[in-house]
Amino acid sequence: MMKAPISWLKDFVDIKIDLKDYAHALTLSGSKVEAIEDLGESIEKVVVGKILSMEQHPDADKLRIAQVDVGNEILQVVTGAPNVNTGDLIPLALPGAKLPGGTIKVSKLRGVESYGMMCSIEELNLTKDYLPDAPDDGVYVFHNNPAVGSDVKETLGLEPVVDFEITSNRPDCFSMIGLARETAVTLKEQFRKPEIVVKEEGNGKASDYVSVEINNPDLCSRYAARVVTNVKIEPSPAWMQRRLAAAGMRPINNIVDITNYVMLEMGQPMHAFDLKCVQGGRIIVRTATENETITTLDGQERQLNPSMLVISDENRAVAIAGVMGGENSEVTDSTDILLLESANFDSKSVRLTGKKVGIRSEASSRFEKGLDVENVIPAINRAAQLIEELGAGNVVPGIVDCNPVKAKPVKLQLDAGFINRLLGTYIDTEWMLDLFEKLEFSVDRKTMMLTAPTFRPDIQGEADLAEEVARFYDYNNIPATLLQGRASTMGRKTVGQRMEELIHQQMLSSGLYETYTYSFTSPKVFDKLCLPPDHILRNTVNITNPLGEDFSIMRTTTIPEMLEVIRTNYSRKVEEGRFFEISYVYLPIEGELLPDEKKTLTIGLYGNADFYLMKGIIEQLLEQMNIHDIDFSPVADHPAFHPGKTAKLTIAGVTVGYLGEVHPEVAENFDCPLNTFIAVLDIQPMIDNADMTREYKALPRYPAVSRDIAMLIRNDILVKEIEGVIRQRGGKILEGVRLFDVYRGDQVPAGMKSVAYTLTFRSADRTLVDEEVNKVMEKILEGLKTNLGATLRE
Amino acid sequence: MKEQLQMIADEAMAKMEEVQDIKSLEEIRVLFLGKKGKLTGILKGMGTLSAQERPIIGQMANDVRNRLEDAIQKTRSRLAKKEREERMARETIDVTMPGTVIPRGKKHPLTLVLDEIKEVFIGMGYEIAEGPEVELDYYNFEALNIPKNHPARDEQDTFYINDKVVLRTQTSSVQVRVMEKKKPPIKIICPGRVYRSDAVDATHSPVFSQVEGLVVDKGITMGDLIGTLQVFAKSLFGENTNIRLRPHHFPFTEPSAEVDVSCWSCGGKGCRICRNEGWIEILGSGMVHPKVLQNCGIDPKVYSGFAFGLGVERTAMGRFNIDDLRLLYENDIRFLKQF
Repeated sequence: MMKAPISWLKDFVDIKIDLKDYAHALTLSGSKVEAIEDLGESIEKVVVGKILSMEQHPDADKLRIAQVDVGNEILQVVTGAPNVNTGDLIPLALPGAKLPGGTIKVSKLRGVESYGMMCSIEELNLTKDYLPDAPDDGVYVFHNNPAVGSDVKETLGLEPVVDFEITSNRPDCFSMIGLARETAVTLKEQFRKPEIVVKEEGNGKASDYVSVEINNPDLCSRYAARVVTNVKIEPSPAWMQRRLAAAGMRPINNIVDITNYVMLEMGQPMHAFDLKCVQGGRIIVRTATENETITTLDGQERQLNPSMLVISDENRAVAIAGVMGGENSEVTDSTDILLLESANFDSKSVRLTGKKVGIRSEASSRFEKGLDVENVIPAINRAAQLIEELGAGNVVPGIVDCNPVKAKPVKLQLDAGFINRLLGTYIDTEWMLDLFEKLEFSVDRKTMMLTAPTFRPDIQGEADLAEEVARFYDYNNIPATLLQGRASTMGRKTVGQRMEELIHQQMLSSGLYETYTYSFTSPKVFDKLCLPPDHILRNTVNITNPLGEDFSIMRTTTIPEMLEVIRTNYSRKVEEGRFFEISYVYLPIEGELLPDEKKTLTIGLYGNADFYLMKGIIEQLLEQMNIHDIDFSPVADHPAFHPGKTAKLTIAGVTVGYLGEVHPEVAENFDCPLNTFIAVLDIQPMIDNADMTREYKALPRYPAVSRDIAMLIRNDILVKEIEGVIRQRGGKILEGVRLFDVYRGDQVPAGMKSVAYTLTFRSADRTLVDEEVNKVMEKILEGLKTNLGATLRE
Repeated sequence: MKEQLQMIADEAMAKMEEVQDIKSLEEIRVLFLGKKGKLTGILKGMGTLSAQERPIIGQMANDVRNRLEDAIQKTRSRLAKKEREERMARETIDVTMPGTVIPRGKKHPLTLVLDEIKEVFIGMGYEIAEGPEVELDYYNFEALNIPKNHPARDEQDTFYINDKVVLRTQTSSVQVRVMEKKKPPIKIICPGRVYRSDAVDATHSPVFSQVEGLVVDKGITMGDLIGTLQVFAKSLFGENTNIRLRPHHFPFTEPSAEVDVSCWSCGGKGCRICRNEGWIEILGSGMVHPKVLQNCGIDPKVYSGFAFGLGVERTAMGRFNIDDLRLLYENDIRFLKQF
């Protein structure tokens, strides 16, 4: 974010159009305007008034009556402010004035007429940052002697401030000059570079006072120092304070304000040291030593290490390079000689150091983006010029400029054809050349060689030139085309994608609602799932910098999130819920960097549900996917499931997952109801075994014969086993096996159950006769008797 | 005998006039036309007639039989109709009572939006590519022109597993994997989950979904990017939707653009939803950076391409007027039922 007071931009470029149009134009050329804040927007008819006299209100202890000179007349104003006195200059809202709080009218206060209102900064919608000399409470009193009767908007410099969003590749735009340059090219106006003249009226020369050594030229390519004597520390002038405040910086004193002002204007961070505190008058740019510490300007002691660059004097660090100055060399009211620093530090070094010490300052956020080595000298001269203009001290002639690494301007050949082909445009070469000149590239029109200005680190290749052309041509003027026969490809989904879609559809058809849950979770879920300490699911992919423990591991099972969904709904008194999710689990693979990401279908049911509903949903899915060789077997090996109400699904011998009732202890741990059912199924084996081929089989031409059988059989024998025997014995003519009754109770001996089936028989080529069917039935009954100990029931 | 026949006929016809139900009608039929019926009885007595009389009476008896059968048939239809009508009157139901519902679930709003996006691009010839969420640093950063120590890699934005592995911060990583394997022409979209270190609030989530698009071939232009995004925006937000491109910066595209669509609520006049701007930012895009092509073994002198990416949550929130992102991951069924 860069806040630019409009008057500051206008120092360098004319802006003649409406601010809304300006914002639009700059947004479309790449400097996005987030907002225009007009500090004076809601203030009208507020003028500077001079209090001529003050007397007590006859009927109110806390009110006083003032006669106020507003230039063309004298008004009687009743005020409750205790801080104003005769002779003070104050902002007076005249009758009819507009303030953020409303309109001012002539009114009677305890019987005395009042023709206006004296204003506090809050009433003017301003803050102490903008007007630091305002009292904490009460009416604002002007200290800079403005003309009586003048409009406070002018007096206080209340003006529109444009809020730009600057992308990280454009460090040059973190300055008024940079934004003015973009403005000039966008609006086709003239860009006026600041004229910088330094008188240098101090004694001697800078090198008499200071020396500069750079031990790490890779981290500091340039360090320039100027010396100022006879320093007079005082508040900076109101205009400077206001500009700083409008741009979002707090005014401090003339010297600090000047360094900040130059940073905002030129984009080059500066620092001022009390030269008396720079021991030996030596500046050494070096890396910190092990265990070195420094107390920064904010009063915090910072631990340094050899990866950090510091500015040091003969004996100790006096600043963390590009990040923050040290308290030991801070400019104070008693400073009378100072050293101005303007330097170029390595962007990565500043960023990493700032991160390690936990500081992100206005300076470091600029250095992080990579600044222009060539801006160091203009900036220090601009600061010197301001010091002279403000009478803050005498600038000693000369600059101590240590510049071991020179700027290397990037040279690129302009290939207008390439640019037009990339953009899909027909832009004239001359137009491009003119543009690059305006952007301060040096242009050789004979060789078409362009040299990028050193303040543009983003210009590295031809594509970057194309962007410059495109953004000033306006992206939206590029004719829209639709590939025109290029990149012709067939759009389609893969088999896996279509299968996944089928699963999706089938889940919806079964009445399930789709959910989305987070892929990371807490390591605590494994205890809640009652998994033993060595359970394989506890082997997880861990996030080293999570948002908190709850989000610190990649999930190896989706059960906790599904239970969480059920808990959410159950706790909100939703009586029943049926949910599914298709998402991943992340299973570490020994010796591999990346885990196995397994796509999982998770189903959750509660309220009005049972195991067979869950199973039915899955059976129907398998039927839709035309999957055969399916087996559901009772299992008690998953600690999160009820040991007597859980099945494992295998397809073609591959385990696909579990379905069953959630273990009561687990349900309790997750605050879920007891009749909660979960299924977790791997999607890949389902897709692998799905058979999408379809073939017509002739409809039966001969009638079927059906027979019912009922048997008594031991309770622990599964119907799966019974059906196995029936099918094995039934042979070719057995067409269907349908279970229609299972009964345990009064008429059945303990430990036994009655099971009844309807069997259907059919032949494809003849009508079956009774004897044939009877023979097969006998074989079936014989099998049931000998293999499973079943007895036939009449 | 003639008279007898006539009497039988008259008697039968009279009974049929009075009959009230099909059962009684059947009794009448048996009474006259049954094996022991009156008409049959007469015919049995034909043997006593003279040879001269026999054909005349025979003819007459047949006429009577035909008449009776015909009358029975007509009476039966009349009675059947009457009975049907009475039955239907009894069966009348209250059709304003609620219908029997076969319960069906609903897609999550994010899936709804994703499906629409997929449909648009499949229609334009794109394939769908997927890739890992736990991703190598190389694919998430390095190959996308985000070298070590680049600010975009900051821990404040990226979840790290170790110094070589991250949770992908963008689905652009899939682009690289596809470009490494496949030669142009490439036209893909990559939907999927991505991760950023943002604390949960009404507009942020550390987990969210993106769709990335990539086209690489000879002669692909920025105009093609704009045309594609126009089609996309119109399909998703309506035929009257306009788009606007603004220059921006992404390390993996150059030139880069942020893309706004004209507000779906006010059409661009300015309203609460577009914060009075008339435009809503929906995606980032640009021409694939030559370095990225190079990193994937594609010669940037021969090929060019464009890429774009959009956040599914933001799009869904806009489309369905959802004001809190957390609702999307909370899965309250009363929320899910609304889509």
